[in-house]
Amino acid sequence: MTTARDEILARVRAALRDVPREESSADVAVPRDYRVEGTLPHAEVVALFAENCADYRANVREVDAAGLPGAIAEALAARGARRVAIPADLPAEWRVEGPEWIEDRGLSHDELSAVDGVVTGCAVAVALNGTIALDGGVAQGRRALTLLPDYHLCVVRAEQVVELVPEGIARLRESALAGRPMTIVAGPSATSDIEFNRVEGVHGPRTLDVVVVT
Amino acid sequence: MTTSASWPDVPAFPLAAKAALGDAQMRRNIGMATSTIREKRAGVVAEMPDWEALREAGRALKERTLRHLDEHLLTLEASVTRAGGVVHWARDGDEANAIVTRIAREKGVQEVVKVKSMATVEIELNEALEAAGITALETDLAELIVQLGRDRPSHILVPAIHRNRAEIRDIFRRTIGPETLSDEPAELAEAARRFLRERFLRAKVGVSGANFAVAETGAIAVLESEGNGRMCTTLPETLITVCGIEKLVPTWQDLEVFLQLLPRSSTAERMNPYTTLWSGAREDDGPREFHLVLLDNGRTDSLADELARQTLACIRCSACLNVCPVYERTGGHAYGSVYPGPIGAILTPQLAGMRAAGSLPFASSLCGACYEVCPVKIDIPTVLVHLRDRSNRERAAASLRGRLDPERLALKAVAKGFATRGRYERLQKLGRLGQWPVARKGTITRLPGELGGWTAARDLMPIPDQTFREWWVERERTSPRATRPASPATPPSTPGAGA
Repeated sequence: MTTARDEILARVRAALRDVPREESSADVAVPRDYRVEGTLPHAEVVALFAENCADYRANVREVDAAGLPGAIAEALAARGARRVAIPADLPAEWRVEGPEWIEDRGLSHDELSAVDGVVTGCAVAVALNGTIALDGGVAQGRRALTLLPDYHLCVVRAEQVVELVPEGIARLRESALAGRPMTIVAGPSATSDIEFNRVEGVHGPRTLDVVVVT
Repeated sequence: MTTSASWPDVPAFPLAAKAALGDAQMRRNIGMATSTIREKRAGVVAEMPDWEALREAGRALKERTLRHLDEHLLTLEASVTRAGGVVHWARDGDEANAIVTRIAREKGVQEVVKVKSMATVEIELNEALEAAGITALETDLAELIVQLGRDRPSHILVPAIHRNRAEIRDIFRRTIGPETLSDEPAELAEAARRFLRERFLRAKVGVSGANFAVAETGAIAVLESEGNGRMCTTLPETLITVCGIEKLVPTWQDLEVFLQLLPRSSTAERMNPYTTLWSGAREDDGPREFHLVLLDNGRTDSLADELARQTLACIRCSACLNVCPVYERTGGHAYGSVYPGPIGAILTPQLAGMRAAGSLPFASSLCGACYEVCPVKIDIPTVLVHLRDRSNRERAAASLRGRLDPERLALKAVAKGFATRGRYERLQKLGRLGQWPVARKGTITRLPGELGGWTAARDLMPIPDQTFREWWVERERTSPRATRPASPATPPSTPGAGA
């Protein structure tokens, strides 16, 4: 009996009889004439990221390194976030006085749902489309951590911001090859399902604050 | 019964379209929604100076994938397996449904949570699970609206596009409450959030489709907006993904093209709110068990047609639906197919066969707007014409009635008449003699008998007293080369039908 696998592969090969035997996948030319390397000065790249990220109704503020703890404290206070979940490897200087910091060492879904918010870093951010990528690396935690709490405060360091999508994808390549799961975030959760009008706040965090450290 | 992309209870497109055109509310809803999204898309595409280069790269990448699909499928299988996932192969919808049902049964669940997936609608997975006593809960807002309203999807991206906010409010009031719900989109979204939250937290099995599957790394990509996709692919202990075999891209780098093309073409955003990418299964993050079901269900039939193969490049953005003048007027249900609009008109007949969906390639004016917006440059008009020919040939081959179809015979005669100059000119002369009973005041508004179908929606120009060809011949004869004026003589005012 042929297996489904063998049969599908046989069907594919029969369907592709017109493809010359000696042709390889790489022989099919793919012109990459789109922008692959940014041209803006880095300060403008960071500013463009802030602008495009805010365009999704994320709240973006820019601070210098010294101002980061203050900005975190201020944002959490403004949101009334007292019990805050964090990845276990969140830098000590981000854990400011005030909130109760709850390290994620296997918190249950219910426990994650019950916190007021979550603070993480990120892997890379892309200016052109205002996105933030998390790949489970340093200060990011697992995916559920940034999904279940209703409020996400994400710290983006200026050197993590690239201008273009291809630059962002390239930076994530190593994690991809390591098989690490990723989330790319563009603003708080939203839907366009009612009359194609965008409404923020469905299942994911309804509020996204971004602090860019320049 | 084999499941297919075509709905057997919906009549052929011309009949279904006629009924749909009478639904003024639906037409208003679709008209509003598509004009909103068309404008937004134009805006986010215009800000990309390299849009055309991205389209060309997207087209070429899909060509590369499809021409060597066997190789890429094997690479994907190896990558997913290496990452701790289990790969299944399904020849058709029934086989895929059986695999998913078996896994869900093994887990002993009564309910699975689902993130919107066209492939699973195509194979009617929800119905198959239902038959096995398992509820498949749709979690995408529009899909939930369709499910709760016991309705069918009418759009690839926004299945409930035919419903306006007041209708959605009524469906929610009837089903998930509360009675006092208003028609504010934010409040409707909140109602869905409350209804689904507990279910996400308790779900043991999640089911998804795939926007892209990266052969090189085994990564599956799901692009979404609401966070329901993240919930379904992250929280359950077991995740099952049904993925059409054409969803592959060869390398990680290739995502740099599609992650730009898809959001701007579909929801008309620079990027959709959430994109989840995972490879296989892990102990420390997300589901501990991952099953990938690779689905054929007619795709290899499409692959075998050299010209129509490009249909499989589709990334399901739905830009072609939003610009299509036919879709805008008939809505999605008239197509009688999971995939409506221009892409449905070429995809469904190939997946489900001409017998089931042979009228769809004719559901187009061939205006070409779909080709212009397609992010992977599928030449939909050319494929439509090609499939019209296939549809006619297959119909003729299938039965005597098909061979004796009056339209077919008439067009065959026309083709003979157009084949040589002599025949064409003799036909014109004959036509001029024969047309007097039907030509009135310079137009033919109604042809007799079986030919009447042609004039039901259009007028014809009669053959004029002097055709362009006759005028030209006479001009050549009466104005000798030496004395011909610099500007040509005035041609007759009606150059002649078909001349």
